Amino acid sequence: MSRHARFKFRLYIAGEAPNSTRAAANLGALCRDHLPDRHEIEVVDVFREPRRALADGIFMTPTLVRLAPSPVRRIVGTLSQTEAVLIALGLDAVPA
Amino acid sequence: MKPILSPVANTGRKAPTGIVGFDEITGGGLPHDRTTLLLGGPGSGKTILSLQFLAHGARHCREPGIFVAFEESSERIVGNAESFGWKLAGLRKSKLFFMDAQPMSDLVQSGDFDLSGMLAMLEAQIKKMKVRRIVFDALDVVLALLPDSAAKRREVYRLHEWLLAHKLTGLITAKAGGDEVSSISQQTFGFMQFMVDCAVILSHSVLNGISQRNLRVQKYRGTSFDENESPFLIGASGLEVDSTRTQTRINAKVSTERVSSGIARLDTMLGGGHYRGASILITGLPGTAKTTLSGAFAEAACKRGEQTLFVSFDSDPSEVVRDLNSVGIQLARHVKNGRLRLASARTITGSAETYLVRIKTLATEHKARCLVIDPMSTWSKSGNDSNTHSVAERLTDWSKANGITLVCTSLLDELSSRSAGDASLQISTLADTWIHLNYLMQAGERNRGLSIIKSRGTAHSNQVRELILSDSGVTLADTYTAGGEVLMGTMRWEKEGAERVETEVAEVAAKLKRVRLDAEEAELEVRAKAVQVELVAKQVEKALLVRTTESLEGALSRGRSRMRELRGADVAIPNRRARSP
Repeated sequence: MSRHARFKFRLYIAGEAPNSTRAAANLGALCRDHLPDRHEIEVVDVFREPRRALADGIFMTPTLVRLAPSPVRRIVGTLSQTEAVLIALGLDAVPA
Repeated sequence: MKPILSPVANTGRKAPTGIVGFDEITGGGLPHDRTTLLLGGPGSGKTILSLQFLAHGARHCREPGIFVAFEESSERIVGNAESFGWKLAGLRKSKLFFMDAQPMSDLVQSGDFDLSGMLAMLEAQIKKMKVRRIVFDALDVVLALLPDSAAKRREVYRLHEWLLAHKLTGLITAKAGGDEVSSISQQTFGFMQFMVDCAVILSHSVLNGISQRNLRVQKYRGTSFDENESPFLIGASGLEVDSTRTQTRINAKVSTERVSSGIARLDTMLGGGHYRGASILITGLPGTAKTTLSGAFAEAACKRGEQTLFVSFDSDPSEVVRDLNSVGIQLARHVKNGRLRLASARTITGSAETYLVRIKTLATEHKARCLVIDPMSTWSKSGNDSNTHSVAERLTDWSKANGITLVCTSLLDELSSRSAGDASLQISTLADTWIHLNYLMQAGERNRGLSIIKSRGTAHSNQVRELILSDSGVTLADTYTAGGEVLMGTMRWEKEGAERVETEVAEVAAKLKRVRLDAEEAELEVRAKAVQVELVAKQVEKALLVRTTESLEGALSRGRSRMRELRGADVAIPNRRARSP
């Protein structure tokens, strides 16, 4: 993995649900801390775009999908357990 | 005053499942617009039941459905269900939607999440397809991912509220080790059982090496239902549940119509035959012609044009036809024209329950009015004895409720046959008519004897009859009692011969006597005639004499008066004249 690879995220949320709000906040903080200036976050609200979520096979909210770098990774939940999330996203090796 | 409604009448709408027996147990199906929880261990048939529920709704009730698959992929589910012939592929276009919601194997879970996203997606799909039924298959899989029991509870409530708000007939399945067995998610499902309107438990157990599947409705709000465990099996077209139908049994029509037993003399003994819908038990030792008797019944039923099912546990259908042909019972043509269905139960493996369900399915398929099971006693061998009696009971109940005349045979063991009343299945108490066949050993012969031990509601002969099998059929003959012993076979024949001779002798003697009497009569008649002729002759003679005397006297007196005239004599006083010399 390139040290300077760009990270592309898509976060599926369910409107104003507390879990989803928390996940969005956690993701924002995570990117600020670990991936400054090299990340993209797309937020999909399943209430507004149910067909898209269906096509993507998302049924638990919130779900974070790492689209790039490959392979695609999925994390379900509020993203609050930072250590585990970092490992899952492959960010543990990335210097802060 | 408001009339009290029967429990069936005041129940809400039901969503029929199309599962044989299940709709009977629940009085019509799952609660409409409500949620049902389906619990069961692995391989207990949860997915099949839910698929059948959706397929039936989509095809027959104009209720499109969604299947949310948490565990297996929809492709595999549809593929596995192919063999049931529900043609899911055709329904998938617009009436049945499969949503794959299996958590991916590489899925990482971090913190709390919820199902509102999925529900939002389902909502869109529901609006599009006008969905009325929904199944969440293996909800436990997704609940297991939730971090704590509070979250599990919250999601279950969310789901339930959502189902109610959308007026969907919901079916949630979850793995549980059967009935009240501890499992990780026990607590969650414990409260789910309180929450839902209907809970059904499937169990799969092995007893003495025999597989047993049972279904039990644990609760059903606002309706009466069969609370007992009902055996079921996964048949060729889905689940087949055996319902006892206690309610219909009570309402079953009691017929006074008689049906022939196939043997004229037996009908006479029974006062006209069996009642339609009766259960007839034929017991006997091996080789006492139990099969032949039941075969005769089957043939008679076919001749009357009634659909008949003959289930044999001993032999293959072709063997049955051949064997019965040797005693003049021709079944082959009835098999050919479809009246008679011969089924060999040797091919069925499983418990007595399995047999029962299979037989019921076969009988229903065949629209059988007469049913023969030969012999029923095999059931007690195939596993649990305790079950067999209840199975036999349910079979008789079921056949009664459907107006099917049932003939079953039961083998009595050589050892336990000391008392004829000890039929192993105890069906003897359930049967309406009990015919017992036995051997009578006499003068070096074994002869078959038939007696009617009981026959409810019928005056029946209490005599033992001899059963004679010949290539022209089955007949019953009177037995002879001599010196307190019943005579059969050769001894009966001898006795009959002796009696025949006796009758002949008596007949000849009578004839002889008659001839003799005739002769005497004739003789007497002749004599009577002769006397009569003589009498006439005498009478004639007498008449002649009288006439001669009269004319003589006349001539004499005429001569005297003439003389007087000639003489001119005066009239003399004859007396004086006579006195004068």
